[in-house]
Amino acid sequence: MNKKIKQQTAFWIFRIMSAIVVLFLVLILGFIISKGIGVISWKFLTMMPEDGMTKGGIYPAIIGTFYLVGGSMLFAFPIGVMSGIFIHEYAPHGHFKNFVQLMTNNLAGVPSIIFGLFGMSLFVNKLHFGDSIIAGSLTLGLLVLPIVIRTTEEALRSVNDSFRLASYGLGASKLQTIWRVVLPIATPNIITGLILSIGRVSGETAPILFTVAAYYLPNLPTSMYDQVMALPYHLYVLTTSGTNIKESRDMAYGTAFVLIMIVLIANLIANALRKFLSKKVKMN
Amino acid sequence: MYKIETKDINLYYGDHHALKNINLQMKANTVTALIGPSGCGKSTYLRLLNRMNDLIENVRIEGTVLIDNKNIYERGIKIDELRKKVGMVFQKPNPFPKTIFENVAYGLRVNGISNKDYIEERVVRSLQNAVLWDEVKDKLKKSAFELSGGQQQRLCIARALAIEPSIILMDEPASALDPISTAKIEELIYELKDKYTIVIVTHNMQQAARVSDRTAFFYIGELIEYNDTKEIFTNPQNQRTQNYITGRFG
Repeated sequence: MNKKIKQQTAFWIFRIMSAIVVLFLVLILGFIISKGIGVISWKFLTMMPEDGMTKGGIYPAIIGTFYLVGGSMLFAFPIGVMSGIFIHEYAPHGHFKNFVQLMTNNLAGVPSIIFGLFGMSLFVNKLHFGDSIIAGSLTLGLLVLPIVIRTTEEALRSVNDSFRLASYGLGASKLQTIWRVVLPIATPNIITGLILSIGRVSGETAPILFTVAAYYLPNLPTSMYDQVMALPYHLYVLTTSGTNIKESRDMAYGTAFVLIMIVLIANLIANALRKFLSKKVKMN
Repeated sequence: MYKIETKDINLYYGDHHALKNINLQMKANTVTALIGPSGCGKSTYLRLLNRMNDLIENVRIEGTVLIDNKNIYERGIKIDELRKKVGMVFQKPNPFPKTIFENVAYGLRVNGISNKDYIEERVVRSLQNAVLWDEVKDKLKKSAFELSGGQQQRLCIARALAIEPSIILMDEPASALDPISTAKIEELIYELKDKYTIVIVTHNMQQAARVSDRTAFFYIGELIEYNDTKEIFTNPQNQRTQNYITGRFG
């Protein structure tokens, strides 16, 4: 085979492989949207479930998911970003840094069900939070901590050293350099970590199974020690263990649709924010 | 009295002996050019003067560096104070991704100055001194990245001038620029000599000859010859200096 044919063949294989990836995404999205969009109505989004969750809406699950996303980000984002800054900017090369990095990577590889069980034994039982928003948020927060740390590290690594040198050269301290020069440049990329985490948190089921999620609640939560319903778990309930699975099938598609839309909208907002911030730091 | 005096300097990167017994003195308000082939230690020597080498792990420094008769490697020296006094301009223009104004104001802000009028006055003065004012006075709020490479480098010089140093270190400041921008930087260096002591690393022999009063030739970590620039270029005492400036190696 000559060079040109080889190149063409390789090129087409790559192209087909990428197309397959897109195809599956489109299939999944198309399936959920086509089945789910008919269910969506103002009522569906704003009402409590009725008639054994075969009618009414999914309002409490939407609210619950928002609380859990917010709560876990409140916990994971500052800790993750600060750890990332420590690891990349402060920690001297050596055993401690390697150890922290190794552990962060290991944490990322722990199955989510283990996080769920860990959260149950620590937050729910040992710390007596009970099944609650706070227990669920902390558990989800732990789960996404490695993502936040790693994207922060990557974001800092991508900041050209010449900016740091210029800052030091003008008599700035390390903290001033990080705060005034490095972080503004890295922020748009750190936001990417936030996007990924929000997507991950809103979809996770196992970690909330034993720590916060309720099968059905007649009322909305009033404090962070209350249980909530959440979209992914609600979807699981509707499809496998509802009172009438056949009857609630439409509700399930609607729930899946809303979950996907929330992740999509979160991504769009975060992307816009990222673009806005890039412009603000005058990169171009 | 000398502005800068380095005595018996030995510098190691791990096991690598990068500067060997360097003794070099520079007078105030002169331009000293450091020349030599790549890896000869001239940039390392330059970074010795504002303790930029401190940022590199595994670096070991012996000897004394006196600036205004004060050893800058003494215990208790405030590095930010030192770097305020010894400004630096880098090889590639490296303005911050901030506005033109904020780039120049940065050094003042990190050194605790918050008086708005004062900052504004310093920014304007520094841009004027860097001969950039006329080109940027209408777009101070624009990103520094909108400037051309040569303008960016003059902005970096203005940024260094803003904190009123008495010494300016330049690490091949024109090597990434076109000939016209280079000429402007060289003119600027000539003008700045009145107020500042300048140490410049350069690969460009003509540039060293044009801008400097004194020239130091480095070779594999050693200072081979140091003399008036005219002497170095017309009557070098050492064979290796002659070989280098006549282009026989480099």
